[in-house]
Amino acid sequence: MNHLVIAPLLLPLLAGIVLLLLRPLPLSQRRLLSLAAVLALVVMAIMLLLEVADGSVWVYALGNWPAPYGIVLVLDRLAALMLLTTSLLALFALLYACRGTDLAGRHFHVLFQLQLFGLNGAFLTGDLFNLFVFFEVLLLASYGLLLHGSGKRRTRAGLHFVVINLAGSTLFLFAVGTLYGVLGSLNMADLAVRLEGLAPADRGVAEAAGLLLFVVFALKAALIPLHLWLPAAYASTSAPVAALFAIMTKVGAYAILRLDTLIFGAGAGASAHLLDPWLLPLALATLAIGMLGAIASTALRQQLAYLVVASVGSLLVAFGLGTEAAIAAGLYYLPHSTFAAGAFFLLADSIVIRRGDMDDRFQANAAMTERRLLGGYFFVLAVITVGLPPLSGFLGKFLTLRAALGHPAEAWVFAVVLGGGLLGLIALARSGSVMFYRAYRPAHALKTPGSRLVVELAPLSALVLLSLAMTVWAEPIHRYALDTAEQLLGGADYIRAVLPNRGGLQ
Amino acid sequence: MEILLSVVIGALTAGGVYLALRGRTFAVVLGLTLLSYAVNLFLFAMGRLTIGEPPVIGSSESYTDPLPQALVLTAIVIGFAMTAFVIMLALKARSVLGSDHVDGRDES
Repeated sequence: MNHLVIAPLLLPLLAGIVLLLLRPLPLSQRRLLSLAAVLALVVMAIMLLLEVADGSVWVYALGNWPAPYGIVLVLDRLAALMLLTTSLLALFALLYACRGTDLAGRHFHVLFQLQLFGLNGAFLTGDLFNLFVFFEVLLLASYGLLLHGSGKRRTRAGLHFVVINLAGSTLFLFAVGTLYGVLGSLNMADLAVRLEGLAPADRGVAEAAGLLLFVVFALKAALIPLHLWLPAAYASTSAPVAALFAIMTKVGAYAILRLDTLIFGAGAGASAHLLDPWLLPLALATLAIGMLGAIASTALRQQLAYLVVASVGSLLVAFGLGTEAAIAAGLYYLPHSTFAAGAFFLLADSIVIRRGDMDDRFQANAAMTERRLLGGYFFVLAVITVGLPPLSGFLGKFLTLRAALGHPAEAWVFAVVLGGGLLGLIALARSGSVMFYRAYRPAHALKTPGSRLVVELAPLSALVLLSLAMTVWAEPIHRYALDTAEQLLGGADYIRAVLPNRGGLQ
Repeated sequence: MEILLSVVIGALTAGGVYLALRGRTFAVVLGLTLLSYAVNLFLFAMGRLTIGEPPVIGSSESYTDPLPQALVLTAIVIGFAMTAFVIMLALKARSVLGSDHVDGRDES
């Protein structure tokens, strides 16, 4: 048992507690501590990813109680990929927050660390009830982060976000309870094993619980029609929090992928592929509605929030196709869309602070300072987000489309993915041209933000560079994604690692 | 007892759903609380209903499943924290938005 597996949980938890206790320290030192913790998390995530890249699955039994009696943490290729994506995004979001967002309230850094604790826990846990607990941890921290800084819009959006997620948590508990009542276990690998041999009479109840879980995860992922909370919440919160929240919808997508490949995967007997009739149509509808919302938006951050909805749609289209190549395409698309969305929210903040009273509404305004540089960033990010060649968004989309060839829904996938891309292109071209081209010469000098430009744009540039790096090193990353998809669809590796003596347990 | 428990869970859920769909934050909070009571009872019943048996194997001929009890305990603690948070948020929304409607304005 390697103790490194639990380190991504302990580090942010301890950092959060220490930051809470060290409140008397000056802010600069607390910032350093928080940044150091996230930097260590990145290093740890890279180490873990290199360790499991060979296909091994690491199981960490908490308190040394063997599965399925105790709670286990499971690290496979997918979990390692999610950990690395989260920690990289968090590092740059935090770096941006240290420019002043963390001054707006008291416990920003504590909440940020606890948010990472919840996220990492959700990716690592191998137990369904434990997943619920980590969802609650990350949600409670996200409520605090979302409301950080206060304000009318933020409070209203926050109230909706909290209430809908509390309702979702209740549904989660109903689903967990039902699964336990029918199958007598909460360990995800054990659930998969027991589902295979389930009596036909109980199968309907277990499938109802599985679909209930799908509803809960779809709510987190903002799948249609459960996406309505997202645009207001993401558009009204502060930039670094919105950037970090780019990973929040991916938690839902991750949970759907686990549910689809592990519990109700190929080995689930008559219940195999339970989600297949639902996932692909809903994902296509989400992609279409997200892009239409982006066109109809009247302000930049609202538009970006709808693009997040659309990116969830694209991601789940790939997962919904269900073949190895398609899931690999989704796994390549996942970090790319996370980094791109995070970078775009940071750029939107830089644009907003230069437009004065105009905020981020799409109206002609006085020319911004540094508009050429910001316009350049906007152009690159638009190319990445919409998926034009030659950058990473195009590769993700191309891999998805290639995987869709020969699928029964091939025509739908091509029409919606390509049509959605066109809509996104129109939306971003329109907003970019309004904000950067239709600007008039200012009557009086506009106020420029306080800090230096290099410091302001460093986190944004780093996220853009990560996306560019994903283009340059697309081949090794895609190979890793293919290996991950193979491991997920095989399913046996995970179950064998968690339950080495399966069959002997009754 | 099974019928009584199902009726109670059903009534709590129905009341919770109705209240959670109301327009005022107070009713919504009450509705979410009722829903969490319903789900706690539901989780409890998932270990099957047994009376007067210890949750320990071997001390008597049958036993109560201890796991749902642990789950309910966790769910109660989390539900309590969430209720406290949402009440504070509702109060804050009332003072910031000037209305206790969930959308922050009265539909007039």
